[in-house]
Amino acid sequence: MSEDRPTPPPETSPPTTEPRTDAAGQLPALERSVMGSVGVALMGAGLRSARPLQKLVLGSVGAGLAAMAATGRNPLATALKIRQTPQGEVLVSDAVTIGKPADDLYRVWRDLAGLPRLMTHLKAVEVLDERRSHWTVEAPTGTVSWDAALTADEPGRRIAWAALPGAAIENHGEVLFRPAPGDRGTEVVVRLAYRPPGGSAGAIAARLFGEEPAQQLRDDLMRFKREQELGFAPTTDGQSSARAVGGQA
Amino acid sequence: MKAIVWQGTNRVGVETVPDPTLLLPTDAIIRVTSTAICGSDLHLLDGVIPSMEKGDILGHEFMGEVVEVGRDVRRLKVGDRVVVPFNISCGVCDPCRRGLFSACDNSNPNHRMAEALYGGVSGGGLFGYSHMYGGYAGGQAQYVRVPFADVGPHRIESDLRDEQVLFLTDIFPTGYQAAENCGIVPGRDVVAVFGAGPVGQFAARSAQMLGAAHVIVIDRVPERLAMAEAAGCQVINYEQEDVLVALRESTGGRGPDHVIDAVGMEAHGHGPGALVDTAKQRLKLSFDRITALRWALLSCAKGGTVSLPGVYGGLIDKVPMGAAFAKGLTFRMGQTHTHRHIAPLLSRIEAGEIDPSFVITHRASLDDAPDLYRTFRDKQGGCIKVVLNPWA
Repeated sequence: MSEDRPTPPPETSPPTTEPRTDAAGQLPALERSVMGSVGVALMGAGLRSARPLQKLVLGSVGAGLAAMAATGRNPLATALKIRQTPQGEVLVSDAVTIGKPADDLYRVWRDLAGLPRLMTHLKAVEVLDERRSHWTVEAPTGTVSWDAALTADEPGRRIAWAALPGAAIENHGEVLFRPAPGDRGTEVVVRLAYRPPGGSAGAIAARLFGEEPAQQLRDDLMRFKREQELGFAPTTDGQSSARAVGGQA
Repeated sequence: MKAIVWQGTNRVGVETVPDPTLLLPTDAIIRVTSTAICGSDLHLLDGVIPSMEKGDILGHEFMGEVVEVGRDVRRLKVGDRVVVPFNISCGVCDPCRRGLFSACDNSNPNHRMAEALYGGVSGGGLFGYSHMYGGYAGGQAQYVRVPFADVGPHRIESDLRDEQVLFLTDIFPTGYQAAENCGIVPGRDVVAVFGAGPVGQFAARSAQMLGAAHVIVIDRVPERLAMAEAAGCQVINYEQEDVLVALRESTGGRGPDHVIDAVGMEAHGHGPGALVDTAKQRLKLSFDRITALRWALLSCAKGGTVSLPGVYGGLIDKVPMGAAFAKGLTFRMGQTHTHRHIAPLLSRIEAGEIDPSFVITHRASLDDAPDLYRTFRDKQGGCIKVVLNPWA
């Protein structure tokens, strides 16, 4: 994230009851102890199981969790390409080049109430005043809402925001608009950081349930590019095939 | 309407499917008057291209008459006779504006599938060529929906027959681009073409049109070699001669200045390398069999160009990279930017420089197409190129 992002308010800091190590990429202590216990329990269940396959599966999943707890690292998160900041936030970013001037693209993003059209997992953004807004997001468990405030607004260059203290999911993000070299238009860079409930395990669970923020962001950016460059999205929905009428995967 | 449908690996059939409709205001509907089976359709038949779904309509070489246009279509009108590039391009993104039409940013609705395989970027959509390339219904049918109708279709205003202009949709520009990519120095450069299928035939004749001093064509199928020989090319049957030795001899030990691999991912070849490729492909450890590519790199002269119109799909290994480096070779490759070649090549046809119908060996109806897919794949009955009449 860029340097001028304001320090998060104290409430968004890690819970003080669970001291964490300073080493980058290390799992929070609570997550480690839960993982360790579950891992040991699974290994035990695996060893007791009469069925060889179950023994193998439970044993190895258990051993894996125990190893994560012991080393304080979550290789599964790395394998699933879940990126984490040293502070334990999940980081999602992507970029796209769009053949339009930065000022035009900035204006579309600056209309916060219109953001749900760009970012489809956003259900609604309600503008409260010049800096504050109320965000609602679809989550596997239902909708989640929080208040956010603009932390930077540089016309034609950058918009940044952060959830206000007390948010159910701590998060902050920014959009950069950079002139692309040559006559290619504008590079739009989006960076989002959030603290998933349940730490990296929570992020993995969300991924396994089909919530893929990185893919969602990619799709959102491509949809935005096509809307800006073409004015519509290409489609094959409803075209003919020898499947059921209107059937198109 | 009638259409040729992919029913699974090694299974294509004729089925009755719904007529296409306009899905977007920039679409047109074409009544197909001629369509063809392409060598790259055989990769679909063999099941080596991922993301095909049962029920997909095949075909990407087609032409016909415009019967309906969306309300935002400006350049095309009902009644126009058009050839349609096999690749679908938006015409406004940066790659399209640079003439890299097959690399269109915007025309593939399933961009994420290609992005996952190809390093985060997707090419443009293709007609009838897997969901990774958009899942667009193809043109081996009586009617086809053509998206971006103001960008792709090219009007044919002269009285040239379908058979003379149909191949502007793919194999002629593909062979031509392969030759153009070589940067042939007229009167000096020797060009070798691996693969004497339709694209190889057009690559060889394009190399001649661009002034190559000498063109050598390599294949194993006698009637294909005879067709190249009739065009004035030297031919090598790789089952009867050691290709690398024969190419060295034919070029005074230098090797051909440029080599075009018009074979791609399903090379037959022979020898231990070919056996390993086949075994790995069967075991799904690899998409590609690369004998032709190996020969191309090994035979090419110092400072030469290896031009690849043949399609490669995945990861390859045992590539003689040391030879390529030692000789300072240049690689040029990629899906054809068909749009930019149609007008200049049409002028050459109109001027009588080339009649692309030379490549046709079989003419049939849609009902015969499933059999002809197999005939073409097995290279039986002298089959080099099949043209289908959807209304026969």
